Amino acid sequence: MSREQKLSEIIADHAGREGPLIPILHDVQEEFGCVDEEAEQAIAAALNLTRAEVHGVVSFYHDFKPKADPRPVVQICRAESCKSRGVEALIGDAEQAAGARVKLHTVYCLGLCSSGPNARVGDKLHARLDSAALVKLIENA
Amino acid sequence: MTIVRISDDALARACGADELAAAFAKQGHEVQRVSSWGMHWLEPLVEIDGKGFGPVTVADIDAILDGSSDKAIGTIAEHPFIASQQRLTFARAGKTRPLNLEDYEATGGWAGLKRARRIGSDAIIEEVLASGLRGRGGAGFPAGIKWKTVAGAAADQKYIVCNADEGDSATFADRMVMEGDPFQLIEGMAIAGEAVGASKGYVYIRSEYPDAIAKMQAAARISAQIVAPFVVEIRVGAGAYVCGEETSLLNSLEGKRGEVRAKPPLPALKGLFGKPTVVNNVLTLTAIPHILTEGGAAAYAALGMGRSKGTMPIQLAGNIRHGGLYETAFGITLGELVNDIGGGTASGRPVKAVQVGGPLGAYLHPDQFDIPFDYEAYAAIDALIGHAGLTVFDDTADLRSMARFAMEFCAVESCGKCTPCRIGSTRGVELIDRISAGGRVLAGVETAPQMHNMPKQGRTQDEEIQLLEDLCDTMKFGSLCALGGFTPYPVMSALKHWPEDFRK
Ligand SMILES: Cc1cc2nc3c(=O)[nH]c(=O)nc-3n(C[C@H](O)[C@H](O)[C@H](O)COP(=O)(O)O)c2cc1C
Ligand code: SF4
Ligand code: FES
Repeated sequence: MSREQKLSEIIADHAGREGPLIPILHDVQEEFGCVDEEAEQAIAAALNLTRAEVHGVVSFYHDFKPKADPRPVVQICRAESCKSRGVEALIGDAEQAAGARVKLHTVYCLGLCSSGPNARVGDKLHARLDSAALVKLIENA
Repeated sequence: MTIVRISDDALARACGADELAAAFAKQGHEVQRVSSWGMHWLEPLVEIDGKGFGPVTVADIDAILDGSSDKAIGTIAEHPFIASQQRLTFARAGKTRPLNLEDYEATGGWAGLKRARRIGSDAIIEEVLASGLRGRGGAGFPAGIKWKTVAGAAADQKYIVCNADEGDSATFADRMVMEGDPFQLIEGMAIAGEAVGASKGYVYIRSEYPDAIAKMQAAARISAQIVAPFVVEIRVGAGAYVCGEETSLLNSLEGKRGEVRAKPPLPALKGLFGKPTVVNNVLTLTAIPHILTEGGAAAYAALGMGRSKGTMPIQLAGNIRHGGLYETAFGITLGELVNDIGGGTASGRPVKAVQVGGPLGAYLHPDQFDIPFDYEAYAAIDALIGHAGLTVFDDTADLRSMARFAMEFCAVESCGKCTPCRIGSTRGVELIDRISAGGRVLAGVETAPQMHNMPKQGRTQDEEIQLLEDLCDTMKFGSLCALGGFTPYPVMSALKHWPEDFRK
């Protein structure tokens, strides 16, 4: 299936829903790894919005990216509870392990705040990380 | 063959519960995946005939089965952490399979909804008012009054919106409800729909909660017939903290930027798509089924203190030995929570500070540990209960860097609508960096001889601290919503109680 076909299929999937834009953007981000200009244009046309409006929404939310990044992503929580459990001391080792191959992404809270430091890879969560465990997670990402 | 119960809550899974369950199953035992008891330091917790073992790894299995395990904690229900709680919202925690309708019904599920349908709108709202239930999302607004406003508004369509954005660090009670007892939330929403005349409900869940999203989607599907004609739909956030603010959340649901709306109009009158809308937190709605059972409202109102009625699921997090979910009546002191129940810090070092109420909440000093858990008592000392999350810090914490983080978080998450928050937070980060550097040195064009109006010197550290206080004042009184308006709480409380951290 071509890119355009896939895009219009996603848009059609959400036809008739109230407030379809965010669900569409999630699906586009999931499918293509980004919501780029071309996608913004197609969505704007389908929903009778301007591209500026769609771009305004895309750029507001942290989950939507303008450009795909092929690297694997490891999300590391650096919010208060994880800080109190020492996540900041792991960042140096994590960055070294990640190098240019893995993208480290800071998030604020994964809801496991009694058991940090915590990280997320895909939909899998990891708790009680120490430096060695986090480095291993990054190396296997 | 033994029946082995292991939680499928995200935290238990993140600690290895799936691998453990698979290993038990491989040995031929029946594994039941239940909700979490909320004793997080013991996860993954294994329950066999009411007896608990934790935290368990695959290597412990043989010893558990032959009775020689040193991970045994005795009868779970009698564990002091559990036995001392008053669990209403979390009454099923650890006991039922989250998506099993039979388990739900056998433990009183749908009784509140059935009764609500029998007694009708006015009587439901009367009971919610009588229970004294206040919004659990942070602001503590009486739920019954909000419902009454929506019920009284005339419209062809009304909505129930469940705020499951739970962005505060140290909070996970909403997540545990959605993953552990999702039908109870759906029942609460259906009762709200019955009360105000709304046929459609949305649950707005943050994207950081993949397990909760999956469970709620399944639960909405499984219970569709039971709550019909009320319809529940799950929507997923997109990584913006500010979308927990109710008007920003509504904009997001409508497919817009998550910018905060000015009030009035109240969402209760002009909310989602301009229609009358109830926006309530997960815990508010989940308290409802219990309140709507026969005599439930009076029993609820009998708990608590002052105007803080009922129970609060308190979340013990951060550097604490016994972290987890502790539901109890309002009135318990902070010291009891941190020291007696939480067992002090996980690191074994002295407690230095406790942040209550998430990133917008104040840092409390151990000198303040006798404060009772009560909305008004916290407000009186410039602190807040918020969503009732506690982050404990030991004496290695640096409160200046935590104050800096508060400003940084505000800068990252600001919706950008108003200046004190959007610009002030960035200036706040810079100011704290200059305080760290010992003050401000004149530079560049400021040193040019023609700059007659410039002060001749830079600013001392004390002058920079004064400036930070002024900035906090501006943010507190000039911001449209609590993101910009409450960020000064963690900053000012850090400055007040730990001035030495700023003057190093
Ligand atoms: C920046 C900000 C973030 C918020 N985040 C949440 C949240 O994650 N969950 C929540 O229920 N309420 C949150 N609130 C409070 C909501 O605006 C609103 O008061 C609440 O959803 C009302 O429901 P309740 O009356 O049941 O508490 C937030 C408020 C602000 C200003
Ligand atoms: S205080 Fe911040 S988050 Fe709230 S409306 Fe103003 S800019 Fe937006
Ligand atoms: S603060 Fe890190 S998971 Fe909540």
